[in-house]
Amino acid sequence: MASRGGGRGRGRGQLTFNMEAVGIGKGDALPPPTLQPSPLFPPLEFRPVPLPSGEEGEYVLALKQELRGAMRQLPYFIRPAVPKRDVERYSDKYQMSGPMDNAIDWNPDWRRLPRELKIRVRKLQKERTTILLPKRPPKTTEDKEETIQKLETLEKKEEEVTSEEDEEKEEEEEKEEEEEEEYDEEEHEEETDYIMSYFDNGEDFGGDSDDNMDEAIY
Amino acid sequence: MTQAEIKLCSLLLQEHFGEIVEKIGVHLIRTGSQPLRVIAHDTGTSLDQVKKALCVLIQHNLVIYQVHKRGVVEYEAQCSRVLHMLRYPRYIYTAKTLYSDTGELIVEELLLNGKMTMSAVVKKVADRLTETMEDGKTMDYAEVSNTFVRLADTHFVQRCPFVPATENSDPGPPPPAPTLVINEKDMYLVPKLSLIGKGKRRRSSDEDATGEPKAKRPKHIADNKEPIPDDGIYWQANLDRFHQHFRDQGIVSAVANRMDQIFRSLPVGYNISKQVLDQYLTLLADDPLEFVGKSGDSGGGMYVINLHKALGSLATATLESVVQERFGSRCARIFRLVLQKKHLEQKQVEDFAMIPAKEAKDMLYKMLSENFISLQEIPKTPDHAPSRTFYLYTVNILSAARMLLHRCYKSIANLIERRQFETKENKRLLEKSQRVEAIIASMQATGAEEAQLQEIEEMITAPERQQLETLKRNVNKLDASEIQVDETIFLLESYIESTMKRQ
Repeated sequence: MASRGGGRGRGRGQLTFNMEAVGIGKGDALPPPTLQPSPLFPPLEFRPVPLPSGEEGEYVLALKQELRGAMRQLPYFIRPAVPKRDVERYSDKYQMSGPMDNAIDWNPDWRRLPRELKIRVRKLQKERTTILLPKRPPKTTEDKEETIQKLETLEKKEEEVTSEEDEEKEEEEEKEEEEEEEYDEEEHEEETDYIMSYFDNGEDFGGDSDDNMDEAIY
Repeated sequence: MTQAEIKLCSLLLQEHFGEIVEKIGVHLIRTGSQPLRVIAHDTGTSLDQVKKALCVLIQHNLVIYQVHKRGVVEYEAQCSRVLHMLRYPRYIYTAKTLYSDTGELIVEELLLNGKMTMSAVVKKVADRLTETMEDGKTMDYAEVSNTFVRLADTHFVQRCPFVPATENSDPGPPPPAPTLVINEKDMYLVPKLSLIGKGKRRRSSDEDATGEPKAKRPKHIADNKEPIPDDGIYWQANLDRFHQHFRDQGIVSAVANRMDQIFRSLPVGYNISKQVLDQYLTLLADDPLEFVGKSGDSGGGMYVINLHKALGSLATATLESVVQERFGSRCARIFRLVLQKKHLEQKQVEDFAMIPAKEAKDMLYKMLSENFISLQEIPKTPDHAPSRTFYLYTVNILSAARMLLHRCYKSIANLIERRQFETKENKRLLEKSQRVEAIIASMQATGAEEAQLQEIEEMITAPERQQLETLKRNVNKLDASEIQVDETIFLLESYIESTMKRQ
């Protein structure tokens, strides 16, 4: 616009108010312009007040730290899936990491929760029983399900994250055979033939005792 | 929800429940109410993970659900409840001061687990207390029950909403989610239980009469086969009641400080006669703090505690204190002046505070830039010309409190982040020291010699020990600071809430 360039020279530096009222006298040096963001740790002008010490302060502090540690150990702390390591190691089979089949470690009261939140247990356990306890007659399952499960067993590695579609398909197929969520630790182990709790990787000093009498005796 | 609050919620959730719960929780806080599949889709998490996370969040009263039409269940996060997690140590400590160790553990268990049945709490607490007692002694369930009842009577614990017993059998399919109800009179009703038993120690072999095979994990202890007498009746900690207590404490201690000042100017007598008490109360009523007001003269007059004014005074005191610590005592003087006189012109500030003009201006602008003080324009002419307008400095307590609260949230988030950073930096060293401690402990248990223990201890070199010491000191400082800032947060939140209620 024509007036813009022309207006620059006229009345430059005129303000709408009296500058002296603000406190900047004529000829005063103005503070330097700010060219960069303020420093991350500006120097403190005054020392901060000391933190409360004494019995109460110490106790609450200790309590806080204990709580933090305790909550990490509770089953409510959900750890993300361990990323698959580059090479599959033999010891992977023997390390328990997290609950099987996406089930949760604790038992909420399902009567209080929406039904959709309940995670269906995989039907893998049916197959497993045939391996561990050969005395029992092999359960008859539909052929389609067996093949699907066998394929999935072969693919399955450490943790969970089964695809959503698979779960849904399985759920639909198993609608008639809805089971309660059983969590029998002995049988839900990884794809090994051994009871996980028998595995002692030497960290415990003194070791466990093999008291488990549930196992079938040959 | 401001960004600062969301950030803080994220840190708290992550520290207490892990990344997955954090992701879901923060997403819900940001977006509001959403159904399951949308959550999974928007966060890119698998359906199972979302389900797990929601179970945890609901269990801990951080998320609620609602059934909408067509059977869709939507989940909603309670941001303020997440922020209260900062205060868990304070709740537990309060329970300890009021109801000793038993009360402390009851509240701790309820907070750690979100909600529990009374029988479960009693059993767990009895077991924990027994562990700390001398060999051979056990804690009786009855004693724990008594403390529980007292906590319920004083409303520190309350019942959770429950599934109403439906007598009519719904011919259709069951609803996708139960609708939980609770009414006022049931909230503190303790079920009639006769819990008989004593706490059990975990390790001692003589108590292990059940002969559980050691291989089984503790969470499958056979007890869950017994019928639970108060099945379905869950309890949670009543945080509002604790807040009430904190507020009362704050006011009492403020008054106590005031009383000290008054006390010194009066004759001290240990037996306070009625007349003297009357004098005190009058003094308090006249006191500019306006904590106590006199309402009516019937029966010698009723004294009421003006809660809102009390909170306002506490908030103002906090603001003054912050100004003093940040900007110095002269600034604080100016601040108090403006507070007292409500509106002041630039010149008046210089005159009343007796501070040279240049310095006064400098301080005022500093406080202005940080929003402790604001400018009020009063135009003399309708065209609002700046040269013909009064500019008055004033303190708007509500907005200053809000600003300070926001800063507090940021502060705590920074403190937590720094603490996590420090811990992560020294992760290797921490793990090493933990391993060494574990080895020493197990060796001590099997009776090792002094020399061997010495050897193991030397695995950590002196500079490493130094590093660990520094780390511990820093982490303690950061933790203590968090606790301190939370106290300020509580004060400011209470004041703001009280003010908003009156509007």
